[in-house]
Amino acid sequence: MITHQTGEHVQGKRIFLYVWGYLLALTVIEVFLAYQQLNLKTMLVILMALSVVKASLIISYFMHLRYERRSLAVTLMPALIFVIGMMFAIFPDSLRLLQLGIR
Amino acid sequence: MASHDAVGNMQGATTEESVWNGGASPYAVGSKKLGMWLFILSDAITFAALLIAYSYVRVGSPQWPRPFGASSIANATVMTFVLLSSSVSMVLAVRAAKLGERSQTVKWILATMLGGVMFDVLHIREWLGLIEEGVRLFRNPWGTPLFGATFFGLTGLHMTHVTVGVLYLGVIAVGVYRSKFTSEDVEVSGLYWHFVDLVWMFIFPLVYLMSAKFA
Repeated sequence: MITHQTGEHVQGKRIFLYVWGYLLALTVIEVFLAYQQLNLKTMLVILMALSVVKASLIISYFMHLRYERRSLAVTLMPALIFVIGMMFAIFPDSLRLLQLGIR
Repeated sequence: MASHDAVGNMQGATTEESVWNGGASPYAVGSKKLGMWLFILSDAITFAALLIAYSYVRVGSPQWPRPFGASSIANATVMTFVLLSSSVSMVLAVRAAKLGERSQTVKWILATMLGGVMFDVLHIREWLGLIEEGVRLFRNPWGTPLFGATFFGLTGLHMTHVTVGVLYLGVIAVGVYRSKFTSEDVEVSGLYWHFVDLVWMFIFPLVYLMSAKFA
């Protein structure tokens, strides 16, 4: 018999289906956008924003982080954002590469 | 009110209920779950590093191939739907586990595994198609040599995670069936699975949609 952990609330199924619906809709929007032939930088920004929204939905609802102690999210998320932000520091160098004219 | 002796030890009082006296978990979460979250954090950083490396090479290249025609994009979109749906079945498995419904839990875990296998099959089919077109790790018919390295590296690492996830879920399913695992174990495996889905949410637009072929 699976141990039933006391004190945890068990959610109804409906919210998961709503989140799933949003995720599918966002995917369709992303694919549609890809064929709009927007300026590359614009499309990148919009796609990344949509992906962050999708990621937030998955983390909050599917991974249940929204319902955990807030201290857990505060420990994990800023660290991740900080490290990824640090890695963005190399992009000026890729622009330099482009200007050097290396194929 | 407790009195203290010369070195500060409490005298003659009942032990105070304190979080620091042991028996409580940090973040009120079991150690397995915390361990999985920390692993997910490290793995997320790994994938972020690979995605940024790919972006770096792409930004620095004057001409990046855009080889994915409508059928490739359709294939990748179906893969995305399959993975998203497998995340829902996983969430339902965790829910069933928390409610103590053993056979339902196993059923939903198997559905999730099926989604993972379908994803792998579609992905490998795509890989074989690209390899047949002449795409290798360091050369391809379109010129920019690193297209293959970044594409196969990123999607290959992700596919490995999916495959390992399917095996992991298989172990969990067997354990649940034999009443050896708790709902916490199912939940922890669910966290891993959602993470794999999460990474795909970034790979799909950055690798596929940004390289869609326009007629």
